[in-house]
Amino acid sequence: MSEIETTFVKAVRDTLARAMRADERVIVLGEDVAEGGPYLLTEGLAEEFGRERVRNTPISEAAVCGVAVGAAQRGLRPVVEIMFIDFITLALDQLVNQAAKAHFMSGGQLCVPLVLRTQGGCGQRSGAQHSQSLEAWLTHVPGLKVVMPSSAADAAGLLASAIADPGPVVVVENKALYYRRETTAAEPEPIPLGRAHTLRRGEDVTIVATSRLVGDALEAAERLAREGIDAEVIDPRTLVPLDVETIAASVQRTGRAVVAHEAVTVGGFGAEITAQLQNAAFDFLEAPIQRVGAPFMPVPVSPPAEDAYRPGADEVCTAARFVIEWDQPEPAAAGPAAAQAGTG
Amino acid sequence: MAKSRTAAGAKLEADTGLDLLATMWRIRCFEERVAALKRAFKVYGLIHLSIGGEGVAAAVCRQLRDDDGIYSGHRAHGHAIAKGAPLAKMMAELMGREGGVCRGLGGSMHLVDRQHGMMGATGVVGGNLPLAVGDALAARVRGGDQVTAMFFGDGAVQAGTFAESVNLAALWELPLIFVCENNGFAEFTSRAEHSTIEQVSDVVAPYGFERETVDGSDVPAVWEAFRAFLDEARGGRGPMLLECLTYRRRGHYEGDPQQYRDPAAEAEWERRDPVARLQAHAVEQGWLDDDEARSLERRALEEVKDAERVALESSYPDPSLAAELVYATEECRPA
Repeated sequence: MSEIETTFVKAVRDTLARAMRADERVIVLGEDVAEGGPYLLTEGLAEEFGRERVRNTPISEAAVCGVAVGAAQRGLRPVVEIMFIDFITLALDQLVNQAAKAHFMSGGQLCVPLVLRTQGGCGQRSGAQHSQSLEAWLTHVPGLKVVMPSSAADAAGLLASAIADPGPVVVVENKALYYRRETTAAEPEPIPLGRAHTLRRGEDVTIVATSRLVGDALEAAERLAREGIDAEVIDPRTLVPLDVETIAASVQRTGRAVVAHEAVTVGGFGAEITAQLQNAAFDFLEAPIQRVGAPFMPVPVSPPAEDAYRPGADEVCTAARFVIEWDQPEPAAAGPAAAQAGTG
Repeated sequence: MAKSRTAAGAKLEADTGLDLLATMWRIRCFEERVAALKRAFKVYGLIHLSIGGEGVAAAVCRQLRDDDGIYSGHRAHGHAIAKGAPLAKMMAELMGREGGVCRGLGGSMHLVDRQHGMMGATGVVGGNLPLAVGDALAARVRGGDQVTAMFFGDGAVQAGTFAESVNLAALWELPLIFVCENNGFAEFTSRAEHSTIEQVSDVVAPYGFERETVDGSDVPAVWEAFRAFLDEARGGRGPMLLECLTYRRRGHYEGDPQQYRDPAAEAEWERRDPVARLQAHAVEQGWLDDDEARSLERRALEEVKDAERVALESSYPDPSLAAELVYATEECRPA
């Protein structure tokens, strides 16, 4: 199998191009997509497929998302881009009330094979309206599938499956991952939705991490290994449907779990994973499951404030040590709040 | 300026006129029966009737093909029936039965009959305007000559999606006909209280596409205005906007206390009732005599009675159907 050096952005673009070559029903639409967009992610698609299929739109998130729903119901396979997940607020009615429910409310007559690609994440000093992680909102809506790739290879494989899916799939990317170099298969295979990926085997604690936090979890695992803690790292890859079996089997073995994401901890998807683990692995747990996420505040611009806000390997390590030390005679000073970045 | 038309200028043939009249009677009798069934707790949910507005549904939908898509809002019974949805399946849907157009899971506000091109209705005012744009875009991208018609009320015009959708349809020159049923009310509130622009056709004036305002209870006028737009749209041109001035003779929903009603307007619109007017026109034109006219209503009543009987014979879907339909399977193929 031949391999290539690529980036997340290139992997997404190549996947879109492959899908458009294979199926003329696939169209790409969104703000500036024919110009490549701010991350040059769709660069070259308009040149290859024309501006009818790679369609620039006005700054009308609601209508653009709704257009994709209507076109999907009529047999196209639109891949619509919402440039920043922060703007998905404007398209939520279309996603939640139209796309997610059309198949159900029509008694199965309609289906909406659309993909909504968007990206979130902080660390760019972009401020509170261009840095959020809002995926938990979408996971609360029956009818939507929600995908969060953490690498170029997963971005390619999951997007291919999302485009092939008969229903609406939201792919939430993280801008901090966009330009990392990575070696992948030249022709990546589709990755089925709903299948978690175990990136590191370990016996002492299970770290479940999504999107950018997967890399941080792997780094944390390396650090923890030097302290004699053997961590397993699992990336669910799709939040809906969630591969609870893989995660629960790991926690049943390790007895300890940390759930990490970049989103605000309160009401984050980590809460759902944690709750499902309480049911699936209660009798195996040696310590309360710890969550790692951002503090309950908007994302600040000021560099020290944003750096303090942004959860990463440090917070994952702290949480992992906490669950390891839980049943030792002298509990560590760090309480659950210490697992949350920026709260001190 | 928006043009205006009158029946005098319209050329409605006898066959077409009688088909429209029969369709309107079916809608009228269906909805009057639904109102009674709602009071008897035999249909469920929020019920919004279009009594007084049947002429628009009939004059638009009866000119469309099954592969032409329509979208509608919460007041959609008439549009679905005129587009071809069988009365029994409509009634069963309102009763939450497996035999309904949406197997009982959609209900009055979310009617879909894909086979006949009724692509969707919504309980979110203005929420599916962009879906109609997408419907027309799909026809264009796939190279078909289908036309999309989007029904909405004057209340939806103040939703943000209206401006966004009109702009997109104009920008992309899509074969989409916006059909506004301006009944003067947005829920309980009069148009004067929610916009400074009286006519909806004036709202879209800056986009430069063809638009027209007609008396919505003058069925030949609606038919003729829509026919002209449809000819254009069938040739791939568009969008257009047809505004039909109508009146909602019942409340926003069945059970609405209707404290905002003006008795003078009531009387005026009773006089202008589209069913009675088209029937009088039909008799005057010699398309049928008084006896035959009365038999149209009787036939519609019979059909509604049969529909109700069939609907009541249909069982409620097994509750497990709901869980089965949350996610589409590979077998689900778009129209």
